[in-house]
Parts: sequence; C-alpha cells; structure tokens
Amino acid sequence: MVFEGLADKLQQTFKKLRGRGKLSENDINDAMREVRVALLEADVNFKVAKDFIAQIKSRATGQEILQSLTPGQHVVKIVNEELTALLGGTQSRITISSRPPTVVMLVGLQGAGKTTTAGKLASLLKKQNKRPLLVAGDIYRPAAIKQLQVLGEQLQIPVFAKEDSRDPVAIAKAAVEHAISYANDVVIIDTAGRLHINETLMQELKSIKQTVKPHEIMLVVDAMTGQDAVTVADSFNQELGIDGIILTKLDGDARGGAALSIKAVTGRPIKFVGMGEKLDALEPFHPDRMASRILGMGDILSLIEKAETTINLEQAKELEKKLRRQEFTLDDFLDQLRQVRKMGSMEQILGMLPGMGNMKKLQDAKIDEKELVRVEAIICSMTKKERRDPSIINGSRRKRISLGSGTKVQDVNRLLKQFTEAKKMMKRFQEMQKSGKKGGFKLPFM
Amino acid sequence: MGFFDRLKTGLEKTRKNFTDKIDQLISGYATIDSEFLEDLEAVLLSADIGIQTTNKLMASINTGIRAKEIRNPDELRPYLKTKIEEMLLKNVPEVDVSTEPPRVVLVIGVNGVGKTTTIGKLGNFYREKGETVLLAAGDTFRAAAIEQLEIWGKRIGVDVIKQATGSDPAAVAFDAVQAAKARKVDTLIIDTAGRLHTKTNLMEELKKINRVISREIPGAPHEILLVLDATTGQNAISQAKLFSAAAPVTGVVLTKLDGTAKGGVVVSIGGELGLPVLWIGVGEGITDLRPFDPREFADALFGDK
Repeated sequence: MVFEGLADKLQQTFKKLRGRGKLSENDINDAMREVRVALLEADVNFKVAKDFIAQIKSRATGQEILQSLTPGQHVVKIVNEELTALLGGTQSRITISSRPPTVVMLVGLQGAGKTTTAGKLASLLKKQNKRPLLVAGDIYRPAAIKQLQVLGEQLQIPVFAKEDSRDPVAIAKAAVEHAISYANDVVIIDTAGRLHINETLMQELKSIKQTVKPHEIMLVVDAMTGQDAVTVADSFNQELGIDGIILTKLDGDARGGAALSIKAVTGRPIKFVGMGEKLDALEPFHPDRMASRILGMGDILSLIEKAETTINLEQAKELEKKLRRQEFTLDDFLDQLRQVRKMGSMEQILGMLPGMGNMKKLQDAKIDEKELVRVEAIICSMTKKERRDPSIINGSRRKRISLGSGTKVQDVNRLLKQFTEAKKMMKRFQEMQKSGKKGGFKLPFM
Repeated sequence: MGFFDRLKTGLEKTRKNFTDKIDQLISGYATIDSEFLEDLEAVLLSADIGIQTTNKLMASINTGIRAKEIRNPDELRPYLKTKIEEMLLKNVPEVDVSTEPPRVVLVIGVNGVGKTTTIGKLGNFYREKGETVLLAAGDTFRAAAIEQLEIWGKRIGVDVIKQATGSDPAAVAFDAVQAAKARKVDTLIIDTAGRLHTKTNLMEELKKINRVISREIPGAPHEILLVLDATTGQNAISQAKLFSAAAPVTGVVLTKLDGTAKGGVVVSIGGELGLPVLWIGVGEGITDLRPFDPREFADALFGDK
C-alpha cells in the first residue's frame, strides 16, 4: 500500500472517468494530487515537489492531455519526461584534470558510505587505466583508516595514511605530494563524516579544500535520506561548494527522491550511484532511470542492460530460431533458466519490472529460489531423448526421474505441465506475430 | 545538566526547525483558513512525518476545528502536541527485567545507520549501571568493522568476542552466547553487518543468527534493536517492516538526531508501525545515547523557549 506505483494510482484516478469524453480541470487537479503524493512518498522535498507540480500542471492542462485517450498514461509520461529533464537530462562524468594528479574529495554525513564509495570509485578509475591513490582522511571514526586500508588491499590500490597524525589537512597535502612522486594520476580523499551544522569540522573541510585545491568535491548522499537532504546539500554547497553528487545504497527499495531535491537545490549533477556491497557496484547515473524509480515505475532499462551483459547473443538467436520452428525442448528450457538465474535473484529481476516495484505484490508472489534448483535437478535427471521429446515420459520414467533428482513424482508432473503450457503460449505468440498484431508486449506506461 | 536539558539541547535543531516554523505560521495567520492548513501540512511533511501520518494528523486537526476545540491558530500547538504525543505513547513497551542473565541484545539495521557506535554507547550505559557487559563482533563483512568494535570495547572497558573477517556471523553469535553464559555476564550485545532489508539472502542470514541465539538460550535474544538513521525518510518504514519480518524487532534506536529537522520519523514509526522507539542518539559522545521518552520528546519538541 505504501509504495504503490504512480502509474497504478493515476490509472485508478482516471478509471472513474471512463465513459466521459473529456477531462476537466478538476480531474487534472486530482491527478496532480496523486503525483504529489508519489513524489512525497519517494522523499522528494516538499518544496521541490510543489514547484515541480506547478511546472507540470501547465503542460498537463494543455491540449495534449485533454485529448489523449489514455490520460493516466499521458500524465505519467509528462511527469517522467519533466523529471528526467530536472534530474539532469544526460549523464555527467567526472572531471579529469589535464595536469595530473586529479584530486577528488569525498564529503558527506556519517554513514552515507564515503569510505566504501572511495574504494569503489578508485576501482572504477583503475579499470579506466588510471593510477588512483586513496587517502585516509577520516581520523575520527574508530578504524576508518583501517577500513580504507583493507579496501585498498582488496583492490590492489595504494592507500596513503598517517596513523599518528591528527591533522587531516596535513595528511591531504602530503598525499598529493606523494601522488606526484609516485605518478598516481588521481587522488581520492576520504574525509570524516560530519553534520553539516558542525562548524569546526566544516572549517576543516574548507582548509583541506584551500590546501589541495580539489578538481572535484563530491557530496556522498544516502539514497534513503528524507526531507533533510535539501538542508544538508545546501549547507555543504554553500559552505564548501560541491561539484557533483554520488548517491549510495540505491540497491535497496528507497525511491531516492533525495536525488531530485539535491539536484534542484544545488544545481549540481549526480555523477554516480552505488548499487551494491561489492566493490564494482558503482555505476554512472542515468536520469531517466532515476525518474522512473522515483515514480515507482520500475527500471526496465537496467534490466535490459543486465540481460544484455549476461545472456549470450548467439544463444538467444539460436533460441529464437527454435521458437520459430517450434522445436523448443526441455534442454532449451534449462538453458533459459540458467541464464535468467545468472542475472541475479528472481526478486531482484522482478523488482526492476514496471508495476512490480509494489512491495506487497512482490511479497505475495515470492519466488522460491529452491524451486528453480529443483527444476534444474529434474531436467538433469532426464535422458537426452526425454528432454527432446517429453511426450515419451511414462509412469516408470517419471518414477526414475523423481528418484534421480530427489524430488516427488508430483514435482516432475508439475514441471512437465508447466513446460507444455509454456510451449502453448509460445505458439500463440507466433500466431499473433504472423497475423501482424505487433506490440502485444507494450509497456504499461508508454 | 539534567537529562531533560540534555535531551532538549540534543534536539535543539529539530525543535528550532520544527516549532519555529509552526510559530511563524501561527503568528502569520489570524484565523485558520485553507491556506494556513496547507502551510501547516507542509511543515509536517518537511519534518519527515510522511504523507500518511500527516494526512492522519491533518484529519484530526480538521475534526478539532469542527468540534471547536481549535478556534484560532494559537490553540493549534497544544492540540498538535497532544496528538503527536498520543501516537508516540501508544507503543510504550513494558520492560521485562525478570530475565535471568545473560540478557541478549541483538542490534540490526541497514548500512551506515550507526549500529557499531550505538553498541559502544549502549555497552557504556549498562556498564555505568554496574552491569557486566560483553560485546560480540557479528559484523564479519565490512572491512575493519571488528576493529571498530574493539576500539569501542577498549574505550568502555568491555571484552569483545570475535572471529576473523568473513567468518559466519551465526558462529560468532554462538561463541558469544557460550562465553556470556560461562562468564555469567549480565548483558551481551551482538553487532551485525549492515544489510539492506531488500536482500533476501542477508535477511535469511539474520534469521539464522536469531535462531542460533534462541537455541542456546530459550527466550533470547531478549531485545532486538533496529537502528534507524534519523535522516532517513519514508524508507524507514519499509526497513522496519522487512526487518520485523525477518526477526521480531522489539524496539527502535533512532540515531543522528543531533542534526536538523528530524522529529518526524519517530512519529511515523509510532503511528504507522506501532514499533516503540527505545533509544535516541543525540551526539557523538560516549554518553550521547538516551532512553527515549515519548512525553519528554514531545515536550522538547514543543517546549517553550
């Protein structure tokens, strides 16, 4: 209930209008109220949300929406477009100085994920053939230096630390000198987490800035941050001046409305997003995907991209041919299963689908990962002949397969039934395509 | 400084931001009209109270207006205070002191909310009460998390049970429980790795830790504390829901409340989830963890200057 997609809600709002020819100003106002709730639930700052609504309202009350046959979808489309534009339109990259070393400084509140992000960023740059140096500038939190050193070890990236020093400014200065003499072309300075209202610590950041003159000051922000994101970003920007934003912990279910708030208040671009605990889980920021996410519309693009990187293209073509000739066998079924599983857990994949972001629905339809393992075992216990032609599987074969896979005969039966159903469905798709009815798969928000 | 004053100081920023806005609002309007109510709604929303709870509060304010309990903007403040207090008071738990030692406290939450720091402060709290305390370094995942807890252990003069980074956290919990029993300590506090509530496998791991503890001591863990960051917005609700599904959370620790504009999450959590807030973190010092008292909190929030 809490996190229902905007598309669903607008659909409901407009449903009651069915049968009436036109939308009135009031109907649009109702829709805007829903948009507002969606934005607020996503933690977009209320002021930012207000301005934003005012902005899209003018477009929504225009001709295009009133004459649209599917006003709900149309409103979502407008909101999505405007949101994308507001989030930055295109990707922005990290500034690399023509005179190395490029100095990057990471700042933010406690627990935003600065140290981990420093490691991830260094790893990303290393892959781009840079020679990064990590600098342990957080002398306050217990074991923060150690944490960075461990990360450096894992990534095979040098870490500059002075355990006995109590002066982050001196550490930063010495680190840059170190980088010059060791030919490190990027210096990433981790700093202590701090409250933006803490004068002393802010002053320390300013001193570091003055001393090492960083090319990029990146504000690291937790995607789960609420209304306060605006205050935090604004004061960091006012006091220190920031060049870019890194949004962390986006692999959870936070809608990340903070991104919009921060962008709107500081005008600075979001450059990267942290997508997981592994050290390669730092990705470039895609405004369009973020827009869909804020609106609770899933992340179909990321899914497609993920599928592209994990699914072998040739295999896919081969499969398509088989589908055409209707030669889809249990072997292919198994291949498919394995490829899908390579993309991540079923829940992760479902979470990216539009309309599936709905927590409640997801919980109800919880997919048992073990079930997939069982299916795999059953197919593997069949002979090659059986896999090609399941129709020969009789009672005694079923018994053998169930024994071989450690499952029950009922499980085998269920799988065979599912397979037959899947085949039937594919046949239907074939016929649909033949008869020229294209686009049976249209996305709900397009 | 007494407790009340410390709480007030800690919440200074929250209070300033929140009540100043309400005060401004009240002095700016002579009568209650729709514009006033709209602005009031904005104030509540900006405090992260969340749209659902805000709607509830606004509805009850409207009822109050109709019932002539609120006749002008001046009467709004006490009315709102009572309402928020009610939402917070609803879930005050009964403290079970009868359990035989060791009392096991499991601390869970997403990444970066301040679990390890909270454990350090919590350990100190029990130490000062004269109890014997043992900590368990159950965060075997994050780099240097064990070291961080050890530093806290040294600071407050308490032993830390640990294994190597990467080992099974349930095994650490098992060891810790055995050690706690053998040493007859009063309170055992177990740290866990930060985990996003949407990661099924990690939630399963949490269930396992919980299982292992309750197998060794029936009825344990006696407390499962969910640590939430006060800067978190509406996602806190999702966190509380999913963590509760994995392990029976007994209460919430709200950290980092010494920043700006953050009273709201508490109201949301009380009002929408019925989970009691037990502790609040109001600073970086070792003693900056305070038991949460709804009445005093509401008082501090709406306190007279």
